[in-house]
Amino acid sequence: MSEIRSELKYASSHEWARLEEDGTVTVGISDHAQEALGDVVYVETPEVGQTLTAGEEAGVVESVKAASDIYAPISGEVVAINEALEDEPETVNSSPYDDGWFFKVKPSDESELDKLLDAEAYKAESDEG
Amino acid sequence: MGNKTALYDAHVAMGGKMVDFGGWDMPLHYGSQLEEHHKVRQGAGMFDVSHMTVVDVDGEGARDFLRTLLANDVAKLDGNPGKALYTGMLNEKGGVVDDLIVYLRDPGYRVVVNCATREKDLAWMNQQAAAFDVTLTERPHLAMIAIQGPEAIDKVKEVMGIDWTAAIDGLKVFNSFARDDWFIARTGYTGEDGLEIMLNNDDAPGFWHALADAGVAPCGLGARDTLRLEAGMNLYGHEMDDDTSPLQANMAWTIAWEPQDRKFIGREALEQEKAAGVENKLVGLVLEERGVLRAGQEVVVDGEDRRGIITSGTFSPTLGFSIAMARVPVSVGDAAQVEIRKKLIPVRVVKPSFVRNGKSLV
Repeated sequence: MSEIRSELKYASSHEWARLEEDGTVTVGISDHAQEALGDVVYVETPEVGQTLTAGEEAGVVESVKAASDIYAPISGEVVAINEALEDEPETVNSSPYDDGWFFKVKPSDESELDKLLDAEAYKAESDEG
Repeated sequence: MGNKTALYDAHVAMGGKMVDFGGWDMPLHYGSQLEEHHKVRQGAGMFDVSHMTVVDVDGEGARDFLRTLLANDVAKLDGNPGKALYTGMLNEKGGVVDDLIVYLRDPGYRVVVNCATREKDLAWMNQQAAAFDVTLTERPHLAMIAIQGPEAIDKVKEVMGIDWTAAIDGLKVFNSFARDDWFIARTGYTGEDGLEIMLNNDDAPGFWHALADAGVAPCGLGARDTLRLEAGMNLYGHEMDDDTSPLQANMAWTIAWEPQDRKFIGREALEQEKAAGVENKLVGLVLEERGVLRAGQEVVVDGEDRRGIITSGTFSPTLGFSIAMARVPVSVGDAAQVEIRKKLIPVRVVKPSFVRNGKSLV
């Protein structure tokens, strides 16, 4: 059974978003998503300074099995990327909600977070899917 | 629900993630496809391949029938019971109906074909068999387990015991022997040494669990695919199909042109293709940068308007970068470009064989 953290927000496309104390939003993919993908071997993140619009393609995660696009769950400027994933992409499998984060954005409109799914709604969706 | 092999319960008990494969519920992996892959390259792993179709070919006309049906020549097996031959079974226009292994039994032959093509294959074989004194018998009561890796044969000997040691030790590569209801072949689909063992369905779970207890890792279809791709072995439906000539699928070596009066099905079409000049060939691609080559991506070759296509691609767990097999115009040099997400990425062109017995060939 995959883990769904109650304090996070989720997109239907299986990214999670976490509002940090400094106002930035950290983005990764859910435990359900990493499990479905299998062993992750390559992660392509956006670049720092890039401006993303919610729903826009923001990178790619490739497992042995398949490639899957990552979409920005929220609009804003990319302020950090997880460089550790370059050498250790498998961290996405072992720690999807902590060490396996993808990038951080400075949101242009924090209220966009409210449009994302809460844990319960995401659970209902991923159970169906 | 799909068909279940005799090992279905064992897969579920061992944590196998079950998926549909050609109408069968088969394990994709038991946790980590990568770990299973490495286990086969470095130790021993086992695969349930009971979904494959086993057909025994018997009767006075069996040899003549197979010499017509198959592009390779079973006459090469004469006098060597147990010996195996890899071949394509072609249609009249020279496309590949299926690729298969045929073993010489004593008497008769045993043919192992793919599960996804079972019905088509049996229909084609039965249609061609009408002109020969031959009987075709499917063997659904047989399970089949492939044990592969540098330690595979030792593990099997350990499990099967002293009565079998001499026979297994005497088994040469691409040979087999039968004893009681067991059929043991030194063949495989991973590029490692190992055995493929056919046995009664009733005996399969006990044997599987005994192998697991001896340290043989259960491996799923995921690792089977990355292993065969590293080994440069074709997968039906990817590297070849009904519309693909074996000459364009790195299978020219499996066509026996001599003797010239052997009129195997597809021969005329292949001779015409050769005379006209074969347009494409199957090559290996290596991407040493980050990224993963995937089936369906297009390949751009210098000086050619016609693009090639990747037939199978993956991240290679053994090499640590991506590899692929691709069908490309024959003029290809030692470099090409692959279109990945609208960008052209340079790749190296190599022979379609990447890893053998644990060692890199590229």
